[in-house]
This record gives sequence, C-alpha cells and structure tokens, in this order.
Amino acid sequence: MARLRLATVWLGGCSGCHMSFLDLDEWLIDLARFAEVVYTPFMDAKDYPEEVDAVLVEGAVANEEHFYFVQQVRQRSKILISFGDCAVTGNVTAMRNVLASALPVLQRSYLELADTAPQIPCEEGIVPRLLEQALPVHKVVPVDYFMLGCPPPADRIRRTLEALLDGKIPDLHGSDMKFG
Amino acid sequence: MTVKTLTINGQLVSAREDETILQAARSAGIVIPTLCYLEGLSAHGGCRICLVEVNGTNRLQPACFLKVSEGMVIQTDTPRLREYRRMIVELLFAEGNHVCSICVANGRCELQDAAVAVGLDHQRLDYLYPKREVDLSHDRFGIDHNRCILCTRCVRACDELEGAHTWDVAGRGTDARLVADMNQPWGEAKTCTSCGKCFMACPTGAIFAKGATVAELDHERGRLEFLINAREKKQWRV
Repeated sequence: MARLRLATVWLGGCSGCHMSFLDLDEWLIDLARFAEVVYTPFMDAKDYPEEVDAVLVEGAVANEEHFYFVQQVRQRSKILISFGDCAVTGNVTAMRNVLASALPVLQRSYLELADTAPQIPCEEGIVPRLLEQALPVHKVVPVDYFMLGCPPPADRIRRTLEALLDGKIPDLHGSDMKFG
Repeated sequence: MTVKTLTINGQLVSAREDETILQAARSAGIVIPTLCYLEGLSAHGGCRICLVEVNGTNRLQPACFLKVSEGMVIQTDTPRLREYRRMIVELLFAEGNHVCSICVANGRCELQDAAVAVGLDHQRLDYLYPKREVDLSHDRFGIDHNRCILCTRCVRACDELEGAHTWDVAGRGTDARLVADMNQPWGEAKTCTSCGKCFMACPTGAIFAKGATVAELDHERGRLEFLINAREKKQWRV
C-alpha cells in the first residue's frame, strides 16, 4: 500500500510546532511505515513536490515569499492543515499588526535598535518584503483543518496524523481545541 | 415564595419565582454558557452568550435576566443558538488583541473556555488589531486592555462589593474602554482601595496581579465567592 505523502512547511513561525512534531519521539518510526515525508524544513528538499497528500503549515503569512509559497503549497497538496496558533490566528507573529504597517516594525528593529550599521535589509529577489500585515493562513488559501496550540502538544499532532493515515479529515474536540 | 415549574430542553424544572432562567438551569444541572455573568454581582446582559429560545416569541432572551414563569418552555442548545454563540466568541476575539500563547491567563481563562465550548477552530472575521494600552501604574496589579472583553464584571465587583466604583466604561462601540476614576492611570485613581476584587472578577488576563508569568495567573475566584457568601448569606465558610 502506498505510503501517505506527507509534508511540513514553516512560514512566519518560530519552528516550535516542528519541535513539538519531533516530540512524537519513537512514534516517528511507526509514522515512517505509513507516511513518506516528501518535503520538510528538516531535510534538504529544494522544491515543494507535486501531489502531496497532506501538509502541515506552521507559521503566519508574514512576507511576500510566504504569500507565494503557501499558494504553491495549496495547489500541490490535497489536504492542508494550519499547524499551530500562528497559522490559525496569526498569534505572536501578527502582534505587529497593531502598528498598521511594516515600516514601523522595520525601523524599530533595524534602525532604532541596531548597534552598528543601522540599515533596513533590502535586496531585491533575495530579501523578501514584509507584508503590511501578518495573516493567518486561511486568509490567503483555503484550509482543510485547523490544529490549535502554541505549540500543539505532540499527542494532538499524533491524533491528527492518525486520522489522516486512516484517510479521514481529523476531528478533534474539547480541550484539543484550546488556543495557546 | 411560590415555586414555578417550567420546561428547559424538554426537562421539567422547578424554581423559586424570583429566580432567573440561568439560576434555574444551573440548579437543574443544565449548562448555559456565560461570560459577563458572575454569581453575586448584578446581571449585565452585555455578552449575549446566554441567550435562550423561549416558546411563543421569536426574540431570544438573556437567561441571566429572564425571570422564570409558570409553564415557560425554554431551549438552550439549538443550532441557531450554537451559531450565535460561536459568532459572539469570534467577535470578541476579533475585537481585541487576544494572544493566548503569551497570556498570563492561558489555561485559566473564561474566554478560552468559551472558545472551546463553542468549538471555535478559526476566526472567520477580520481581526481589528486595535491600538490598546497596558497600564502598569498600580503597584500590585496591572490592566492589559488588549485582553479586555468589556464584560464589566470588574466595574460591578468594585461598585457592588467594594463600594469604591473605581472602574467604569468610557467611549462607545469599538472605542469603549475601561477607565479608572476620571480616566486616570490606575495607580493615580484615588478611590481604588487595592482590594483586588476586580482582579478576582476578571474572566480573562486583562486585570492581573503583578508577578505572574505566562499561564501562571490565578484569579483566586474562591475568595470572591467567599466574600459574596459572607455578605449575602452571612456565612463565613473557611
């Protein structure tokens, strides 16, 4: 039986959700029997592959690269899961949105707080431009399922993956639906 | 005091004639979600999450205010009510800046509990991202207006239990906000007695005691219940 083509992606996140994923510990060995991880920041894949069965997307859409990449991910994946509070609500990544635009954030970070050579990073084609507002993933692409948590605890990730391996959309309840 | 019999969710419930639907339901073990209601404080009817369907009228009524009457038929858990409750919680999350992951009340927050109860898994509305202040001028407590849902439990606790009425609401609509005394920093509000009842009454992490970090806040609501019991029933359970 073909293994589930699983991918994980991080956008404007802290990678904490991925660390929680790794907290699955030895269950990852069982997972490998049923799922093939075709793309993840943990490995050296350059391009997001076609025909991904399920992808976990961590992080808010915070810059232009995320904005275009997540659309490519959506196009090439059957099931897209917003993975963690940043992807679901914006969370800490979106706290800068109260400043209404990207410039005050860049000025504060790279000019006011710089120790030496204050300069807003700018290299066309290399440094992606910050979006004016950091967005939850579902504001950019349709999302099939939302995994809450900051980070989602490993057992919540496992229950979600087990549902996917069974060919179902996950359906968690109760305290599994708690933010934070 | 006569007893009234009514039906809630198909179940026969009896209640004293001066009780509200909310009180009658709770005595019968029926859960109606609340946010701005706190036992012992006057009802406010602001959050609208306790709305129930009453046979004979199309208008939904807040259970915290509606007095029981003989033969009343109430539904508390219909698809319409569930949708409205979810909308109310979504509106509350969109109105302020609620970042659960870094909040002192994470895990002990009634807004979070309400989100779990209505099955909120994502926000369908656009977040407002309002610019709101944090006031740390008081020496024992702080208030983070980003987390305030304007339930006014603090206003009522301070007015009705402490008698100081330090807190009140200024402004309207999305501009509405908690103010201490004459819109002063809390630390300069002369009427404040530092009793902490507003902190005990606050459902979220908006009013917090200094010294607690993420997810550590304990509102000590048991102390508020104790005070209310003492005043109303003259019982001092220790």
